[in-house]
Amino acid sequence: MAAATYLQAISDGLREQMRADERVFVMGEDVGAFGGAFKVTDGFVAEFGPERVRDTPIAEAAIVGTAVGSALAGLRPVCEMQFADFVACGFDQLVNVAGKMHYRLGLAVPIVVRLPSGGGFSGGPFHSQSPEAWFMHAPGLRVVAPSTPEDAKGLLIAAIRDPNPVVFLEHKHLYRRVKGEVPEGIYETPMTARIAREGSDLTVIAYGAMVHAALEATEQLDGASVEVLDLRSLAPLDADAILASVTKTSKVLIVDEANETCAPGAQVAALIAEHAFEQLDGPVRRLATPDVPIPFSPPLEQAVIPSVERIRDACRDLLDH
Amino acid sequence: MAKETATSELLTDEDRLGLLRFMVLMRAVEERGLSLYKQGKIPGSFYAGRGQEAISVGAAWALAGADPICSPLIRDLGAHLVRGTDLVELFRHYMGRENALSGGREGNVHFGDRTHGVVGMVSMLPDMMVVAVGLAMAFRMQGAARCALTFFGDGATSRGDWHEAMNWAGLDRLPVVLVLENNQLAYSTPTARQYAVDPVERAAGYGIAAVTIDGNDVEAVFEATHAARERALAGDGPTLIEAMTMRMLGHGAHDDARYVSPELLATWAARDPVECYAAAAEARGVDVAALRAEVEADVEAAATEALAAPMPDPATATRGVFCDGEPEPLGEGLVRWSGLLPAKVAA
Repeated sequence: MAAATYLQAISDGLREQMRADERVFVMGEDVGAFGGAFKVTDGFVAEFGPERVRDTPIAEAAIVGTAVGSALAGLRPVCEMQFADFVACGFDQLVNVAGKMHYRLGLAVPIVVRLPSGGGFSGGPFHSQSPEAWFMHAPGLRVVAPSTPEDAKGLLIAAIRDPNPVVFLEHKHLYRRVKGEVPEGIYETPMTARIAREGSDLTVIAYGAMVHAALEATEQLDGASVEVLDLRSLAPLDADAILASVTKTSKVLIVDEANETCAPGAQVAALIAEHAFEQLDGPVRRLATPDVPIPFSPPLEQAVIPSVERIRDACRDLLDH
Repeated sequence: MAKETATSELLTDEDRLGLLRFMVLMRAVEERGLSLYKQGKIPGSFYAGRGQEAISVGAAWALAGADPICSPLIRDLGAHLVRGTDLVELFRHYMGRENALSGGREGNVHFGDRTHGVVGMVSMLPDMMVVAVGLAMAFRMQGAARCALTFFGDGATSRGDWHEAMNWAGLDRLPVVLVLENNQLAYSTPTARQYAVDPVERAAGYGIAAVTIDGNDVEAVFEATHAARERALAGDGPTLIEAMTMRMLGHGAHDDARYVSPELLATWAARDPVECYAAAAEARGVDVAALRAEVEADVEAAATEALAAPMPDPATATRGVFCDGEPEPLGEGLVRWSGLLPAKVAA
């Protein structure tokens, strides 16, 4: 085990899987000599050469579409969208071509599309989005969103090895802010939820950067014992872990950085309402970014993305219920 | 005349018989399909490539087994047939019955026999052109002597994916053959409302070689595809082949195409690719009537067998969204052209 940032962990996972499997290659805008907008592929060209670390034209549909083609030819492409927001330009290839291919034709599409997502640093409306729900709604895609360096590496390796298209959401605000122990070598993190902290009075369900906000908000909360469940995988959702935690604590707050309507948390809430209603001692509470684009100016951005304070307030309300 | 001389050097009489047989087969399958649709045996609508048979048959004829087609479109049934798609499975697929091609999850020409190196199309055009460019990119990375072939229509050249695919393929001079079927109509919209500059001229802007051919001449299509494949394998990059033709029916069986002038259709009917090629064969002494009878008997037998097939089990509707094992690789198509057949190569 060695300490690494979330960014280094993603980079390590990618590098190790490229070393282990010559079918794996990366492509995206500025991923080559420049090493990627966030430096995830820094030094990769020197080690793997430009054929396996491909700088592409600014063409998100073609990045995804050619990844599909190369996967059909037996390769294992890992595509980088420079920002998660730009995947909208490749949406059709991902949703209509990649996602439906195995069901329609029996052809597997083992591709990974990495999406640097999320806000918190004045990226504005086109560099801050959390588009995970778009892809949860599209059959045939797996959607994962790690919150820790260990899981970021293990989930990326699992995503590359998965025979299906995987949307890999890596939160930009965690890249250099979060550091943790990361196992060496190749390992896979399962696409299931993880209990980030055990507790018995209340469950907070989150993923990505909101896991850290939830942990901070509930670390010292009037002596309450708060469980934090890190979803890790949004599609598939780990229904067993969600229902087990809610059954244990009887109260639940679900936190999304995504826009509120049809966010992952909405699906989690529906699941709980349908299968754990009798176990609840209070309403299912949600906190999410309201249905607005992510604004640029810091006070505006902070006003919309769920904060530690608002999570804490919502927890207190629920505990008092 | 020069063209005919060049063509005759590449094709044997057996090739010519095969080209004719597959064009006749495509038409016979689609005529039978249309009647099954009208009888309510085929759900949805029915899409046929009448008048365009020479393009998919001629292009597929030039490929090696390892060259995937990604993808034949709704006017390109002939490409599926040339590659070796089973007729009974095809009719089962059309009728939404249990079948090995799509399991009833897809209809009309939205299928691809992966075991024969054919990737099925999607409705958003020209999405699969981008995927074909990805196949070509992989072949380059793998150092494989293979090319990919893709079909698209005149209307598809308006979408952004066309530009992205052309730019990407041209940039890396990828081994891909780009077959544009210019049938003059995108549903009801004529090319005059689709673009200001013909796609064959636009190709130059991407550094892509382009040629316009008579899409109703199966040997011209074969020859152009063969040349494009040779260029691709030699590392000289992609070729855009614009095959000029005419869609002779509506967009689908639900469309009477009243927006097309009867005079225009009459002009093209006189150039029917199947009838013209059949006449040439007859002039060489081929018993075309016997060939047609054989093909029609095959089609009838396949349709009859498919009509006896069960509908899919509703319990299968939610299965197979994800792959849960090792991905199955794309298989190889049947080799048809004499110039690529093992006996010929050995000789």
